[in-house]
Amino acid sequence: MEIPAILFYFFAALAVISALAVVLNVRNTVAAALNLVVTMVSLAVIYVLMEAHLVAAIQIMVYGGAIVVLFLFVVMLLNLRTDTFPPGRQRLMKLVAVPLGLLVLAQLLRASGGLPEAPPVPQGFGGYRQLGIALFTDYVLLAEMASLLLTAAMVGALILAKRKID
Amino acid sequence: MPIEVLIKALFIFFVVVGAFAPVITWIERKQSAVMQDRIGANRADVAGITILGLMHPLADVLKLMTKEDVVPRGANRVIHILAPMVGALPALIAYAVIPFGGVYTFGDRTISLIAANPDWGLLYVFAIGSLATYGAVMAGWASNNNWSLIGGLRASAQMISYEVTMGLSVVGIFMVFGTLQLQDMVLAQDATFRVFGFLEVIFGIPIPWLDWLRLPAWGIFYQPLAFILFLTTVMAENKRPPFDMPEGESEIVAGYFLEYSGMRFGLFYMSEFIEIVVIAGLTTTLFLGGWTVPWLTQETIIGWIGAAFGVGFATGLCVLVHFGSFMLKVLLMIWLQMALRWTLPRFRYDQVMDLCWKAILPLSIANIFVTGLVLLLVRG
Amino acid sequence: MVPLDHVIGLSAILFTIGTIGVVTRRNVIVILMSIELMLNAVNLAFVGFNRMSASAGGQVDGHIFVLMVITVAAAEVAVGLGIVISMFRNRDSINVEDVSLLKW
Repeated sequence: MEIPAILFYFFAALAVISALAVVLNVRNTVAAALNLVVTMVSLAVIYVLMEAHLVAAIQIMVYGGAIVVLFLFVVMLLNLRTDTFPPGRQRLMKLVAVPLGLLVLAQLLRASGGLPEAPPVPQGFGGYRQLGIALFTDYVLLAEMASLLLTAAMVGALILAKRKID
Repeated sequence: MPIEVLIKALFIFFVVVGAFAPVITWIERKQSAVMQDRIGANRADVAGITILGLMHPLADVLKLMTKEDVVPRGANRVIHILAPMVGALPALIAYAVIPFGGVYTFGDRTISLIAANPDWGLLYVFAIGSLATYGAVMAGWASNNNWSLIGGLRASAQMISYEVTMGLSVVGIFMVFGTLQLQDMVLAQDATFRVFGFLEVIFGIPIPWLDWLRLPAWGIFYQPLAFILFLTTVMAENKRPPFDMPEGESEIVAGYFLEYSGMRFGLFYMSEFIEIVVIAGLTTTLFLGGWTVPWLTQETIIGWIGAAFGVGFATGLCVLVHFGSFMLKVLLMIWLQMALRWTLPRFRYDQVMDLCWKAILPLSIANIFVTGLVLLLVRG
Repeated sequence: MVPLDHVIGLSAILFTIGTIGVVTRRNVIVILMSIELMLNAVNLAFVGFNRMSASAGGQVDGHIFVLMVITVAAAEVAVGLGIVISMFRNRDSINVEDVSLLKW
């Protein structure tokens, strides 16, 4: 096995284990957020292995460096120490959810089997030049709509988090 | 090929970063003493030899290693122990893409003195810098202490705000040099440009008697505003005074590293100083021409020495000259950061946030516009 | 290089884990984090398929889509956490079952 394959399987296993730790972590929200960071960073490494360099850098910068920090910021602001949730109708949900999830997984794996081998990649693939040119010539409308969406989200978050609107 | 990267990485770790971090504690003490007209710490000795207080970093390390390691009761033990390591790691690995020497050919081998030169080198630095938030956040949360929590909150808000402006203020440099590879950026600064050349290109007014006035093609001469903005934002990112609200010593005792003692506090302290070296290295590479010597390009140096001694020896001497030039500029930037630290009083927290969002952000966007306009006029 | 159905398989596994998180947990912040996990799985699938169809033209349409998904995720997290803060201010709890007044 050559090194890219070893790296891929190692980081894939790390991503799955941290994702399970995010979801199954019952009492500690901060530990769940930190495991989410581990998942994001291992996915970024897998992106680099698949020659998607700019997407990997943006994943670490935006997801790992801003979005999860925002989660941690809210947890610290509200000082949510431990979850003391009484047991409710959780048992039935868990019993239904896990087989449903396994069914979804089986269907997705069945649909994605039999893909051809990866072709060699041209020079500069996934770099910032090619992505920049594509983003501002073919997909310029998408970029402008994304900026409008972010402005709307900023205004919405500001108003939602104010104590009273004066 | 991997052995070369390993040698460069070890060199960076032991010489550039590892030798600098204890020296910076000495620089901080002595420079502040000189600036405040006192002598500073000079009493630590080894067998009666005190060299201007250079034994103090050794004494610091020994003291920190022999102190008791405390995890406070009620604190999250795993996160408390992990936080200093997570805080120190981005500072250490950010040096992987900073070039400390040029591209030299010895016979048939070409050596580029940079540990890793990906196509997106500058983005790597920003990605690693954005991961540096977690050390402060984890330490602030896991200490089960209200002062630490406030320090952690302030640290996370300040760091993610200044990351945005840090990226935006460098977009001007990226536009001027046209590449994100740091070694290519420094190679492009290994030249000179005519100061009044823009008059000839834009307006068509040739001024031949001023053609001798050439400045080195450094980033600071192309983008002076970006230099000031970048230095401000990256010092705020490092939580260094005057931006050290998260560790405001007079208000929240010590902020997010309040409950740390012994070598784990030493790791936080050292990671702040290692980041000073990283900031110095980054500012040198982007704005001060990296390893280049002003007005003497690499061909000139090798030509002069090579005419007397031969090309191989000349290239080797050129390596030393360039590395010395890089170290000199890094020391200059460290001195500048220390001088700023001991001159300016601490900003209030709302002043820090106002500065970022209401002053630096509009200025950096205006810088991008003006740079784009000038580039359009000059380069056609 | 890794056969690409392993990449798509990893994306499917992460998506399933995210779905289980959204359905099972009652902490609002963990539900938001599981939604982020699902979006990440989708991003991985996009990048994987783009790698597979990287012919001589070298189109990066999948990467553009990933950038848009990251943008949408950032906007959603900002507004979602604003809602969480308002919810906490009103009811002093982040349990989803405490805001279920509109349920049948």
